[in-house]
Amino acid sequence: MSPRPGFVLDVDGSTPPLLMWNGEGYQLDRLPEGSRVLYPPEPLAALDDPVAAIRRALREPLGESRPLGELLRPGMRLTICFDDISLPLPPMRAPDARQLVIEEVLEMAAAAGVDDVVLVAALALHRRMTESELRHALGDRVYEAFAPHGLLTQHDAEDPDNLIDLGVTEHGEEVEINKRAATSDLLVYVNINLVAMDGGHKSVATGLASYRSLRHHHNPQTMRHSRSFMDQPSSELHSSNWRMGRLIAASGVKVFQIETTLNTDAFPEQFRFLQRREWEWSWRDRAAFAASSAAMSGAPPRIVRQILHAIRAPQAMTSVQAGEVEAVHEVTTRNVWAQQGVEIEGQADILSLALPYICPYNVNSIMNPILVACLGLGYFFNLYRGRPLVREGGVVILRHPTRWEFHPAHHPSYIDFFDQVLAATTDPVEMHKKYEEGYATDPWYVHLYRTGHAYHGVHPFYMWYWCAHALEHVGRVVIVGGDPAAVRRMGFSPASTLQDALEMASDVVGPSPTLTHVHVPPLLMADVR
Amino acid sequence: MKGLVFERSLPRFAAARLTSAFGSGRGAATGPLRLADLDPPAPRDDAWHSVRPLLSGICGSDLATVDGHSSRYFEELVSFPFVPGHEVVGALEGTAQAADGSALLDGARVVIEPVLGCRARGIEPPCVWCAAGHPGNCERVTTGHLRPGIQTGYCADTGGGWSAAGLVAHESQLHAVPDGLADVDAVLVEPLACGLHAASAPERSAEDTVAVIGAGTVGLTVIAGLDFLARKGLAPAPKALLVGARYRHQRSLAEAMGATAALPSDRLTRAVRRESGSLVVGDPTTGGMRLSGGADVVFDCVGSEDSLAQALATVRPRGRVMLVGMPGRMRLDLAPLWHREIRLVGSYAYGSERFGEAAPLRTFDLALELAGDLAQRIGSGRLVSAAYPLDRFEEALVHAGSAGRRGAVKVVFDVRAGSPAGSRPKAQRPPDRRPRNRRDAR
Repeated sequence: MSPRPGFVLDVDGSTPPLLMWNGEGYQLDRLPEGSRVLYPPEPLAALDDPVAAIRRALREPLGESRPLGELLRPGMRLTICFDDISLPLPPMRAPDARQLVIEEVLEMAAAAGVDDVVLVAALALHRRMTESELRHALGDRVYEAFAPHGLLTQHDAEDPDNLIDLGVTEHGEEVEINKRAATSDLLVYVNINLVAMDGGHKSVATGLASYRSLRHHHNPQTMRHSRSFMDQPSSELHSSNWRMGRLIAASGVKVFQIETTLNTDAFPEQFRFLQRREWEWSWRDRAAFAASSAAMSGAPPRIVRQILHAIRAPQAMTSVQAGEVEAVHEVTTRNVWAQQGVEIEGQADILSLALPYICPYNVNSIMNPILVACLGLGYFFNLYRGRPLVREGGVVILRHPTRWEFHPAHHPSYIDFFDQVLAATTDPVEMHKKYEEGYATDPWYVHLYRTGHAYHGVHPFYMWYWCAHALEHVGRVVIVGGDPAAVRRMGFSPASTLQDALEMASDVVGPSPTLTHVHVPPLLMADVR
Repeated sequence: MKGLVFERSLPRFAAARLTSAFGSGRGAATGPLRLADLDPPAPRDDAWHSVRPLLSGICGSDLATVDGHSSRYFEELVSFPFVPGHEVVGALEGTAQAADGSALLDGARVVIEPVLGCRARGIEPPCVWCAAGHPGNCERVTTGHLRPGIQTGYCADTGGGWSAAGLVAHESQLHAVPDGLADVDAVLVEPLACGLHAASAPERSAEDTVAVIGAGTVGLTVIAGLDFLARKGLAPAPKALLVGARYRHQRSLAEAMGATAALPSDRLTRAVRRESGSLVVGDPTTGGMRLSGGADVVFDCVGSEDSLAQALATVRPRGRVMLVGMPGRMRLDLAPLWHREIRLVGSYAYGSERFGEAAPLRTFDLALELAGDLAQRIGSGRLVSAAYPLDRFEEALVHAGSAGRRGAVKVVFDVRAGSPAGSRPKAQRPPDRRPRNRRDAR
């Protein structure tokens, strides 16, 4: 039986309570009658033989690219770059897609007599991965073969000795990327494409870039003009990365892009109810929900966090394509939409989003308030093509505990950003002008980014910029169940219950508003007509 | 007439230590402090005058005394029995000449400069410190014609502010209260003088990052002093004045009184790091944060082991830690003080302050001006949170001991006529003029 597509549920009297994520927990809650709920499509069928598919993709590249085997020769410098811990979500069950692809690339490189091979985790300004995270992404065999010899590296956007200036785009954007990758005879980029904005030229132009380069598109102006990030023709973020990618190619950097897509099988068997439609829950699903939610509500958040972050998704590869960047990404994007696209008619007055425990920047870490905002207003709000799910001047209701809590090693500059910057302003443009450079160049943050496991000092700004489009578009943001002080610090309104939030929303959108709730994860992308 | 008297009693001293384990100020119930019928102290000569207290504050050193936690260092510097109360606004009985030479009429309101230096003790010639205008550093506080006592309120011969029987003060201790200054503002002149004295310490520049640990009365008066001296052009305004305070109302007041930003205490060092561009030594996820650089000056307005350790972790190499809050015995790792050549400087009381080449100014004169200034800026009586009659002293001291937690700043005794001891009037709370919090520091 083929997987069922996503659909829009009209809530009526017979609709059961719906599962709502609430950070490190979940609950059942009812939505007002007349609300609409977007459900993601069911997971697409996995590739029967992913390794065979990878081999075929490497042999039969897309666009103007020769097969990988023909690009490999003895004596060449080969750099294999790969997406970092931020993808996929939740981390996938071993073997990770990156491991499968990289093992095949290395087999071919070995067969071609290539000795000079370096692996680079394309961190951009993200935190360095730990050994266990690297082992999980690459597999023990690859890790053991490269890491002990210093041949498994992590991109350092602050290492002046390993950055190269490739020039300036026609829009004045400086392009500075990883020197080893750029000066290799071949740069193989191994991607996992979770959403439509991932991959393509963004892989190299962002993943291997310096702050000097990234600031040209990670800024309020670009973010406000990306409507949405997922809709490539309407995304200034996409356009900027494409300009940079083309300049990188024109500079002589030879990129062989390998992109994979995954299905939306996000949770293992014991949590399978999380991706089932509530009225189809079996007694086993109900029991699993009751037992797990009771256990989580009684346990300390730290313990619950450990349990949830230990989840390994059974996500499976649905496609793999390789070759020239733009030709590859066109197919990838189509495949992502095939898995995640859901059509819906018209916008709502209120967009409701129940946020889970994880986002790209808190894997094995704490979802701090800035990441809550980013996940809700930066990512989920932007899961649309055409028009936002909520009308201009409407209200976004998020559900998350939003604790005033930060991981001191992973997010040190976030703590200061929350203390200092958001206390002074929530306006992305103002903070960009007044504070960004100081944080980006702060020697302590630079030190922690380079030597510890800290996100770059500027990263919380970027998280806030991700919200810029939503902040400009909506009239109010309400967070249900959030720590009032933390919520207010961000300029949002705290509410105890959904009912309270709806009453607060009615001050902005009037009585009897329309409401759309997005039932994620697993992820979907709304095609708003 | 009723007054509170503190007697030497080792069993009661031990009992106070025991009961104060349940909260600061609780030593009043079991300790050496008791309400008694007291005779008014007699002026010893024409230079001494009777003062009838109107309001008298409860300060941290009083609480430490009542709870039996004062350093044993002070044992030889006080004389028993004494009537506590050194933050006093009172009414003069008879006429007198004030410290500045002006004439005071019968009934004039005065604030007491409580330090008992050579002049008050009739010592001629005065010690080198008194001669230089620093009676707080007097070398003769155990000699002269008074029994030992570093201040009024700790000397058996002078009486103190916590008594309706009154006290006696030397003319050098009398300062006229301007007509426009309410009693609730004048009672703060003495603590404000302490804050101004600390803020007047030399060697500050406009490039300084200054940190203040604690924003109880001591911290707030230092903040007010730093801001006031800068506005008067007497001392440079720091580039940033960052305050760590435990309670929200303290942070609000700190910002209203001139702090650049006020944060929860555990976030102060981080804010200083940001401001100073320092690195952090060691792993910030374990233990406290220790800066490689830090603030140029840190005012420790708490005086505890923790606060002093934080000060040493927050000040830059060769920087200065001003110890303003009264300390006691403590265990402290002084390795950073040695290694980073940090100067640890005590700040006690007041006297006269010198700014540049100009003639010295009396700290109390500045404090009287500052009290009026604060009343204008943040509201009259804003810092006096509650006033108790003497017969509710146990309650008053518990309130003072938990002031921060209970949203209070200064708790005072109301010794005015119409509020007689034993009448049990309600604690008076001035109208809430809570300043708007510029930075909602949680």
